[in-house]
Amino acid sequence: MPNTKHSRFVATAVAVTLGATTLAACGSSDEDGEAQSGPAKLTYWTWTPGMDKVVDLWNKGPGKEQQITVTVKKQASGDTLVTKILTAHKAGKGPDLVQAEYQALPTLVSNDAVADIAGESGDAKSKFADGVWQQTTLGTDAVYAIPQDIGPMMFYYREDLFKKYGLTVPTTWDEFAETARALKKEAPDIDLTTFSANDSGLFAGLAQQAGARWWTTEGEKWKVGIDDAATQKVADFWGGLVEEGAIDNQPMYTPAWNKALNTGKQIAWVSAVWAPGTLTTAAPDTQGKWRMAPLPQWSKSDNVTGSWGGSSTAVTTDSKHKAAAAKFAAWLNTDEEAVAALAKEGGIYPASTSAQLGGAFSEPPAFFSNQADFYTEAASIAKTTAPSAWGPNVNVAYTSFKDAFGKAAKDKSDFGAALKTMQDATVADLEKQGFGVAE
Amino acid sequence: MTSARRRSYGVKGAPYAFLVPSTILFALFFALPIGYAVWLSLHKVQVKGLGLGADARREVWAGFENYAGALTDSEFVAGALRVLGYGAIVVPVMLGLALVLALMLDSEKVRLAPFTRLAIFLPYAIPGVVAALLWGFLYLPDVSPFSFVLQRLGLPQPDLLDGGGLYAALSNIAVWGGTGFNMIVIYTSLRAIPAEVYEAAKLDGATPLQIALRIKIPMVAPSLVLTFFFSIIATLQVFSEPTTLKPLTNSVSTTWSPLMKVYQDAFGKGDIHAAAAGAVIIAVATLVLSFGFLRAANSRSKQEEAR
Repeated sequence: MPNTKHSRFVATAVAVTLGATTLAACGSSDEDGEAQSGPAKLTYWTWTPGMDKVVDLWNKGPGKEQQITVTVKKQASGDTLVTKILTAHKAGKGPDLVQAEYQALPTLVSNDAVADIAGESGDAKSKFADGVWQQTTLGTDAVYAIPQDIGPMMFYYREDLFKKYGLTVPTTWDEFAETARALKKEAPDIDLTTFSANDSGLFAGLAQQAGARWWTTEGEKWKVGIDDAATQKVADFWGGLVEEGAIDNQPMYTPAWNKALNTGKQIAWVSAVWAPGTLTTAAPDTQGKWRMAPLPQWSKSDNVTGSWGGSSTAVTTDSKHKAAAAKFAAWLNTDEEAVAALAKEGGIYPASTSAQLGGAFSEPPAFFSNQADFYTEAASIAKTTAPSAWGPNVNVAYTSFKDAFGKAAKDKSDFGAALKTMQDATVADLEKQGFGVAE
Repeated sequence: MTSARRRSYGVKGAPYAFLVPSTILFALFFALPIGYAVWLSLHKVQVKGLGLGADARREVWAGFENYAGALTDSEFVAGALRVLGYGAIVVPVMLGLALVLALMLDSEKVRLAPFTRLAIFLPYAIPGVVAALLWGFLYLPDVSPFSFVLQRLGLPQPDLLDGGGLYAALSNIAVWGGTGFNMIVIYTSLRAIPAEVYEAAKLDGATPLQIALRIKIPMVAPSLVLTFFFSIIATLQVFSEPTTLKPLTNSVSTTWSPLMKVYQDAFGKGDIHAAAAGAVIIAVATLVLSFGFLRAANSRSKQEEAR
C-alpha cells in the first residue's frame, strides 16, 4: 500500500499548496507599492453619494499637481462599514482612507485601524467648532480624523397643524410635554411625535444635550456614565410621555411612520439638520408645511443642542501614503470648492463652520421653501452643539439600547430600568474584553 | 522495472487521481472554513487598559469560554426557545398543508391541475426577504388593508406584530413561502406510485379517502421524512424573516433567533470569536436534531418492514 499513502500525501500537498497560492494571490493584489513619496494611488471607502464627483475635482486639480490619485469605493453606511474596515485591517488590507461616524472612531482607534495624523493635518483645526473637533481627538493630542459632516439636532413641526390645534412651539421640554398633552386633549387620534427605539443616535443626542458624558477616562480606565443623572432625566421624561400615552411608541422609518407623517397623524419630529431629506421621501405631500425650530431646552436659560449623525474622514494605519492621504482628507473637508461640491453632490451638512454659510446654503432646502432662513438658523444652532464623549464599544451600547428601550416602549414600562440594562451591558462588555473599567 | 508493474501502479492510483479535485474543493471550501471557525471559537481578544494604541489588543486562547458564555447567555437560550415555538407552528402546518394539497392535486377529478400547482409553488420563487417585507406591510396596522377592512366592519384589529401574534405572523411567512416546494416533492412521489396499486385497491372496493389514507400516505412516507428533515433545518436557521420585520416593530429584538445573535455578535459587536462559538453550537444542534430525527424515522420504517 505505499502507493496509496503516497497519493494521499500528494492530494493533501496539492490541496495545501493550492490554498496557499490562493491566499497569496489575495495578499498580493495590493498595488500601492512601498514608496513613501512620489506618485500615490489612494483608495477611499465612503458611503456619501456623489463622492466620486467630488474626488474628480481633486484628481483633476490639486491631486494632479501633487501626483496623488484617489479612487472611491462605495460602501454601505455606518456599523457595517466599521466591521468591514476592522476585518480588512486584520488582513492588513485596509484602504488608505475611510469614512467613519464620530462614535465609531474610538472603536477604530482601539483596534489600531486608523492613524494619528496630527502632524499632517495642518491648520484644519481652526475650520471647525471645538465640540466637533474634539470628537476626532478623543481628548488626546492625537488627531484621528478630519470632520466631514455634522447633525445638530432641531425640532421640526407642522406649522399649519400647530395653528389648527392651537399649539405654540415648545422652547423647553416641560412645554414639549404640555404641548403633547394639549394635543391629545384636542385630537385624541393625533400624536405630537413618537418615541422610537430603532435609532440609538437620537437618544444619544438627546442625552448629550442634557449634559451626559457616556464614556470618560480616568487614568488607564474607562468610566461608563450611561446611567448618569442627565441620561436618567432624559429617559424618565420620554418614558413618562410614553406611559401616559401622550406620544406614540412605534418605531420610526416604517411605512406606518411615513404614513403618519404624511397624513398629519404625527405633527412633529425631534430630528437633525438632515431631516428635510428624510421628510421629502417619507411625507412628500406635506412639502412647505413644516418649520424648523431649535430643540426644546431643559431650562429656559439654556441654549444647547445634541448631535445625531455626522461623520469624518480618517487615514488608516495600513496606508503606505499616510501624509498624502491626510492631505486629501484635509482638502476634502476644508477646501471651499470641495465642501461646496460635497454639499451639492452628497447632500451633506458640512462640519466646516465657514462652509455652513457658503453659497450652497444660501437657499433653504426645497422641502422647506417656506422657511427662507433655514440654513442661517441651522448654522447658529450648530454652534450650540454640546461636546460628546464616545467610547470603544458604542456599538454594544447602541444594540442594547435598541433591545431594552424597544421592549420598554412596547410594554410602556420603566425606561429607567432599560437604561440600567444598557449601562450594565456596556460595562460587562468592556470588562469581558479586558478594558480597564472604573467603578 | 517491468511495464506490468507500471501499469498496475496506474490502475491503483487512478481512483485517487479522480478523488483529487473533490478533495481539494472539500478541503478549501468546507473543511478549512469550518476548522477556522472552530479555531476562532476557541480564542478571544484581550484588551489592556484603555485599549488605545497599537499593542493594546492580543488574541489569546480562550478554551471553551466562548461556548460557556453562549450557553449561559439567557438571550441565546431564550432565542432557541422562541425558534422552537416558531418551528412547532411552522413545520406541522406547512407539511400538513403540503400533503393535503398534493393529495388533492393527485386525485382524479381535479381541474386546472398544472395552473394550481404553479400557483401554489410560486411563492417559493419569491426571495425570503421580499416575502417578509411584503407581509410586513400587510401586518402593520396603519398601512394594512386587512386592518382597514376589519375597522370598516367594526371588528377588532389584532396587532400581528406583538406578543403571540408575532409567532403567527412569522410562521405565516414561512408557510406561505415553503408549502409549494414541499407540495411538489410530495406530489412527485405520489405520481411515481404505479397505477396497478390503485386499480387493485378500487377492485377491493376502497373509497378515494381510504386510498389516500391507506395507500398514498404510507407510500410517500420517505418524501414526508425528507421534507420534515429540510423543514427542521430551515426552522433552526430562521434569520431573514425576523431580521426583515425587526425595523417595523419593537417586538423583535436584535437577538430574536440564535442565528440573529450570531450575526449581532459578529457584525454588531465585532466579536467574531463569540459569533464563531454560537455558529458552531447552532451547527451541532441542527446536526443532532435532524439526524436524530432521520434515525428515528429509519428505525420505525425498518420495524414496519419487519412486521
